[in-house]
Amino acid sequence: MQRFAALLDSLSTAPARSAKLRLIGEHLATTPDPDRGLALAALTDGLALPAVKPALIRALVEARVDPVLFRLSHDYVGDLAETVSLLWPAGDPGHHPPTLAEAVAALRGATRASAPAVVSGLLDRLDPSGRFALVKLATGALRVGAGARLARVAFAERFGLEVAEVEEVWHGQEPPYQALFAWAEGRGPRPAPGEGASFRPFMLAHPLEAPEALDLAAHAFEWKWDGIRAQAVSAGGARRLFSRDGNDISAAFPDLVAALPDAPLALDGELLVRGSDGAPAGFHALQQRLNRKAPDARLLREAPVFLRAYDLLAEGGEDLRLLPWEARRARLERVMAALPPDRFDLSPLVAIADHGALAEARARPPHASIEGLMLKRRDSPYVAGRVTGLWWKWKKAPLTADCVLLYAQRGHGKRSSFYSDFTFGAWGPDGTLLPVGKAYFGFTDEELKWLDRWVRDHTVARFGPVREVEKALVLEVAFEGVAPSARHKSGIALRFPRIARIRTDKPAHEADTVAAIAALARP
Amino acid sequence: MRAPDWIEISPAGLRLRAADAWIDPARPVARALITHGHSDHARAGHGEAWATPETLAIMAARGQAPAVPHPLRHGERADFEGVAVSLHPAGHILGSAQIRLEGPDGTVIVVTGDYKREADPTCAPFEPVPCDILVTEATFALPVFRHPDPEGEIARLLAARAANPDRALLVGAYALGKAQRLVALLRAAGHEAPIYLHGAMERLMALYAAYGVPLGSLRPVSGAPREELSGAILLAPPSALADRWSRRLPDPLVAMASGWMRIRARARQRGAELPLIVSDHADWDALTATIAELSPREVWVTHGRDDALVHWCETRQIRARALHLVGRDDEAD
Repeated sequence: MQRFAALLDSLSTAPARSAKLRLIGEHLATTPDPDRGLALAALTDGLALPAVKPALIRALVEARVDPVLFRLSHDYVGDLAETVSLLWPAGDPGHHPPTLAEAVAALRGATRASAPAVVSGLLDRLDPSGRFALVKLATGALRVGAGARLARVAFAERFGLEVAEVEEVWHGQEPPYQALFAWAEGRGPRPAPGEGASFRPFMLAHPLEAPEALDLAAHAFEWKWDGIRAQAVSAGGARRLFSRDGNDISAAFPDLVAALPDAPLALDGELLVRGSDGAPAGFHALQQRLNRKAPDARLLREAPVFLRAYDLLAEGGEDLRLLPWEARRARLERVMAALPPDRFDLSPLVAIADHGALAEARARPPHASIEGLMLKRRDSPYVAGRVTGLWWKWKKAPLTADCVLLYAQRGHGKRSSFYSDFTFGAWGPDGTLLPVGKAYFGFTDEELKWLDRWVRDHTVARFGPVREVEKALVLEVAFEGVAPSARHKSGIALRFPRIARIRTDKPAHEADTVAAIAALARP
Repeated sequence: MRAPDWIEISPAGLRLRAADAWIDPARPVARALITHGHSDHARAGHGEAWATPETLAIMAARGQAPAVPHPLRHGERADFEGVAVSLHPAGHILGSAQIRLEGPDGTVIVVTGDYKREADPTCAPFEPVPCDILVTEATFALPVFRHPDPEGEIARLLAARAANPDRALLVGAYALGKAQRLVALLRAAGHEAPIYLHGAMERLMALYAAYGVPLGSLRPVSGAPREELSGAILLAPPSALADRWSRRLPDPLVAMASGWMRIRARARQRGAELPLIVSDHADWDALTATIAELSPREVWVTHGRDDALVHWCETRQIRARALHLVGRDDEAD
């Protein structure tokens, strides 16, 4: 438990992704079984402990600490687990701290009636770091800035495995993952992907750099839909939906998962929300669903999801991934005919005869939910990862707007001495500048130095790490779309904004208006 | 609860009425009694000021010298129109003092200023002074603040250094008090290598050394070759941690030494990869133990988390009030 607690401590202040990967990898390589497997499960949301309610923790503390001092401390610290970890009276030093395995077993075995005694008994045996980790585990929210995917990448990198290989077998394994560690350390065979509905690593596309050099006859064309990539799997009576990073997201999309057939299959496609006109709604509609781990009936009714399928990876227990795309597509079209059309439809092929038609299709797609073209070699097998030369994506040209820099914030890690996060605005109807987005990339290292210098020389106010600057610098911002925003006073927020150019040649009053940018949203 | 009539309490500070002398005033005054050299207690522009010789030297080194300095040694008494004033060690930083006031009515008031009870090789240890009214600080007056042993925190710093021989260990610390204490703690832990200083640290380091605090080999960061800084410990004021100054350093591992590092969010705000909990203030246990030990009739709380400490006093049947003084900088530890 203390090692796991020390890991959480260092993760919470580790500045960069690379440092987090190293910390997790080191922990997994040097901690004995079964604690390391349980740590991996905790980081990947795989522990599934019966959650202890924060109210129980509060009641335990108030029985030991003056409630007024507890309230003042909680107000000051903010985080309940941290407050409790610091306030809990030190236990008898003769007690041995529990291992992570002991703590997990005790929490698993706790009933509603026994939970108070179990939790307080564990807290009495731990130091402040250990108590913090225990409360986080027990209340089911680690939030240490390291997601499930990051932990799997750390595992793969530390043991010299391909992430895709790990992800393929991942969902067939249970904590503490001893078979997985045995395989990683060369002590055992690679675990089978599992009988149940297991994940198959996604095939990804490269951005198309030279469309004119493409052999059109060898490729098929599809629209690139503006949803999220998803894999729907049915096998052995189990049905699951996986996200692009290999996380099981079935619980968030019960409407789609319930519509999967009993017959085994694995579909690759785009998860979209159906609008009232039957066509895909904008990305912000899907965003509401993505934000909720367990949607209520109203959200299910108002934002129903469906899968626009474009590949078939397995059918009837047969792995189809090594077949050429053309053969998989033919079987996909056959399978789709038997699925409920409100939940599953087929991503149509786009007929393109020549390079002129290709450019035309990209420039003028028929629907707002299309963000470009996908180009797939007709003979391509389905291979994990981003393999050059098989699949290409060719996104629409980005939208651009001229915005005015409003605030700059210092970055993190290597950028911690640079003002590198920029909030920018456009002119509102009353002639004031209203924020429309925030960008922290798109510029070169040279441009970053220039921007950092400009921010320091034009600061008008400071708020902690944030500086407000003179409203004098115009930035050309490239973005993928415009979404409604309740957080911005302008009422809109740009999607994927990045700094395309610094427009020192343009005065601030010639920057765009909020109304002009909002109009770009409608094709 | 009424204050003796020879002392006045206002948001600007405590004042001895007859002598018109202020204690740690937030603005320039004709006559000031100063507990210690931190700038939120020792401001520039006073006419006459009474303080320990060390505190007056610190004020002079920082350009805050009064027009007429009156050095007062620990234990020495001075008369302020019928109020007997003496200074007693507070254990906070070099020269830091508590101010004992004995009025014509015999009432004794002790103003702790900032203080701590932990041993500190850079200054004289806190002296418990019996009193009727204790005027205490409350910077860390919440039971979440229990400072660990500083030796353990120094061991963590040295372990991080051993594990990262190619990186510069950049430690943020306040230039007056904390920085010198860190150096002394590192030396006591057997770290003999040169310690590198941000330019803002140099003058006060020299002043501490002149007062006989052994600090070992100290060198400026500026001008040091990059390879010399790999694996070295560097001290800089907290404001320099995320500033352009740090860009020249080899892959710095940023640490921050402060009592505030107990709180994770504070460590993240500072961008500290290695938070070190080293404080020059009394923690919750020391604040409450000191009140219990002195058992004053009343407790007045000057600055910090006054509500929690006043509440604690009330549960112990000790009369307590918050003074709500202005101008104290809570963050500096």
